[in-house]
Amino acid sequence: MFTNTNLMEFIFGRLSWDSLAFTHEPIILVTFLGVCVGGIAVLGALTYFRLWGYLWKEWFTSVDHKKIGIMYVILSLIMLLRGFADALMMRTQQAIAFGANEGYLPPHHYDQVFTAHGVIMIFFFAMPIVTGVMNFVVPLQIGARDVSFPFLNNFSFWMTAAGAVIIMLSLFVGEFARTGWLAYPPLSGADYSPGVGVDYYIWGLQVAGVGTTLSGINLIATIVKMRAPGMTMMKMPIFTWTSLCTNVLIVASFPILTATLVLLTLDRYVGTNFFTNDLGGNPMMYVNLIWIWGHPEVYILILPAFGIFSEIVSTFSGKRLFGYASMVYATVVITILSYLVWLHHFFTMGSGASVNAFFGITTMIISIPTGAKMFNWLFTMYRGRIRYEVPMYWTIGFMVTFVIGGMTGVMLAVPPADFVLHNSLFLIAHFHNVIIGGVVFGLLAGVNFWFPKAFGYKLDPFWGKMSFWFWLVGFYFAFMPLYVLGLMGVTRRVNHFEDPSLQIWFVIAAFGAVLIALGIGSFIIQLVVSFFKREELRDTTGDPWNARTLEWSTSSPPPEYNFAFTPVVHDHDSWYDMKKRGYVRPLEGFKPIHMPKNTGTGVILSALSVGFAFGMIWYMWWLAALSFLAILVVSIAHTFNYKRDYYIPAETVVATEAARTKQLAEQA
Amino acid sequence: MSDTQAVSAEKPTFYLTEEHHPENSTMLGFWIYLMSDCLMFAVLFATYAVLGRSYAAGPSPADLFDLQLVAINTAMLLFSSITYGFAMLRMEKGDKGGTLGWLVLTLLFGLAFLGIELYEFHHLIHEGAGPQRSAFLSAFFTLVGTHGLHVTFGSIWLVTLMVQVSKYGLIEANRRRLMCLSMFWHFLDVVWIGVFSLVYLIGVLG
Repeated sequence: MFTNTNLMEFIFGRLSWDSLAFTHEPIILVTFLGVCVGGIAVLGALTYFRLWGYLWKEWFTSVDHKKIGIMYVILSLIMLLRGFADALMMRTQQAIAFGANEGYLPPHHYDQVFTAHGVIMIFFFAMPIVTGVMNFVVPLQIGARDVSFPFLNNFSFWMTAAGAVIIMLSLFVGEFARTGWLAYPPLSGADYSPGVGVDYYIWGLQVAGVGTTLSGINLIATIVKMRAPGMTMMKMPIFTWTSLCTNVLIVASFPILTATLVLLTLDRYVGTNFFTNDLGGNPMMYVNLIWIWGHPEVYILILPAFGIFSEIVSTFSGKRLFGYASMVYATVVITILSYLVWLHHFFTMGSGASVNAFFGITTMIISIPTGAKMFNWLFTMYRGRIRYEVPMYWTIGFMVTFVIGGMTGVMLAVPPADFVLHNSLFLIAHFHNVIIGGVVFGLLAGVNFWFPKAFGYKLDPFWGKMSFWFWLVGFYFAFMPLYVLGLMGVTRRVNHFEDPSLQIWFVIAAFGAVLIALGIGSFIIQLVVSFFKREELRDTTGDPWNARTLEWSTSSPPPEYNFAFTPVVHDHDSWYDMKKRGYVRPLEGFKPIHMPKNTGTGVILSALSVGFAFGMIWYMWWLAALSFLAILVVSIAHTFNYKRDYYIPAETVVATEAARTKQLAEQA
Repeated sequence: MSDTQAVSAEKPTFYLTEEHHPENSTMLGFWIYLMSDCLMFAVLFATYAVLGRSYAAGPSPADLFDLQLVAINTAMLLFSSITYGFAMLRMEKGDKGGTLGWLVLTLLFGLAFLGIELYEFHHLIHEGAGPQRSAFLSAFFTLVGTHGLHVTFGSIWLVTLMVQVSKYGLIEANRRRLMCLSMFWHFLDVVWIGVFSLVYLIGVLG
């Protein structure tokens, strides 16, 4: 029968005591201890305050789009801290590792750090926060009570969380990929990356990708089918429009990522020859495929940010958005064009002058609708009564910063210039310029803007402004030096330099990273301070900013059912229209409301997916097979539950609405 | 989006006093899902188009494919689609027994298709033309295998639905589910026609 080693190998696959990274890496050991202490503290607190039942019933199993949205944002903020820790480590290493000083991160560790930074920031910070804000806001903006498929929504969230768990596991158990965030073969193939790093990467993204795709389908169906009566397409709020386009992009691009990673998986696990160097494989095909997903991905991130800025500019300028129709068309044009530019990520591949020229020109054309948007925002502010609240700070910071990033983007779109700048720090500076200046600023603006809707009190403006200034100034300090270094020819992903004259620029960049750290710190302080000052910052009106769209017509936070009566829409700033034309809040005639029931299936499936992925990563085939079987059984069992909804009784609605009436009366 | 009232500017209605029931989104959602699945097949087709002639000095389609076998296989899948169509017609009539009968037949045709495909794969691997042999064979096995996996999951789904229909009858939820599986099943048929034409026919033509 089995010898001892065979049995061990069967049970543990390639997992061994040595795989536990903290046993031989002091940096990881300290992190591990920190995580252990923090984790035990959090778990202990949850148990001490008896919060497990509450969390399970009210949050984990909830199908309420508002709670799911909030959980997405919390997940993303936790992952932001991890991704940013990676960034600080890289900046420190590059600031000190000159000449004889090797720095403190050896190449094999440094390579994992930059890969993890990219993967986490895109897939587990930016994607969840975008999805979270869309989830929270869109149903409210269109006057719906939930999304089209509430269970699917919960499941999507938990799959995203499962992906994050898999990526985080790699920090302590084994290693992460050393390939860069897109894992190009042949480097990511079995020959050059035989360890578990790339497998963590693959399975983390695949599991999270299921969630992303399904949530995209869900939100498209919601926006198409669930809008309030009277809300025609051209009366939708602009954020809903950009969300629609984003979700179309998600559904039309994530399957490509999934399929591409499947091919890489087969190369690694089965020994096929898609992207190998021999037996007819073609590594450049991977690069093409991954960017056919990858370029739309950047628009998946930025379009919702554009939508957020549009809502904020029009609210805080006290004006209807300038050029609503042109904004919609610009968004749609960007959606389409984003599929026609992917090759600009590898002009140097050698596709020839004509192909490069085509993709260079399509890339430059994208700046036209984007420019149109910029002018729309400017003209909305023009002659508006601008209120400089925190969301508006972020918006103006964005407008300045994003234009600079956009212009360096147009420079990179010129193929001959790209041959010089390709793979240099200039590129790094460019995409951080648009992602921080656009996506991060946008989402932080959105969090400040919609926070009172979600929690019933505003965020503290002082610490909000501190956070803004640290981020803004920190960004310029951190990335302007990289433009300079890039123009001097310094390439990306290098952990040690010989030329001492470069060092000053890296030191300035590290200083910028510290400022950004203070910005993140201020944001956390802002959350804490606001929580303690919540009575003072309380929003009793439901409309703290004197805003214009339907989400502000209900209470803050909204009741479970969002709207006691479904709103009827006449104009695209429908709440503004209602206020202007003397809308009176209904006080009677409430009826029972039909709502979906909570379910734990999403959590269970997500936990099983982690088990499946872990089994696949470590070659513990029994675990993978069992988990897979369990996933099938649980999914099928779930379909035997036909009673998925219930009615909120009319008395509950009456009581909730009466409380709000009282609150409004007290305030008046 | 159902009932937009004609409202005069003076006396606007800002809310519905009756419960608002938006149209069910399942069909739309499922269509969008199918299109996303279609994109995955698009990637596999594109991969096959790029790598389909990278034989790496190994066997080519003309050496490997047995068109007669593939023709029988195609017939199995097409018949299963027809029988699924008949099941849907019986469902429209509210005939539970008839629906289940046709679904059983559909399942048998589906399983026959899978059986023949497995036999073909086994035969190829036995001849030394496994997915590791060349990029062409990698692309071939992945494209055809992915389709086969879809048919497998469709069959599991079909069995589940047959149990649910016999247990709970042709209630609205089950009719909607049968409709979704119907779309899925016909979709796999369409994909197979692509596979049959682009991989087998053109491959053997050389």
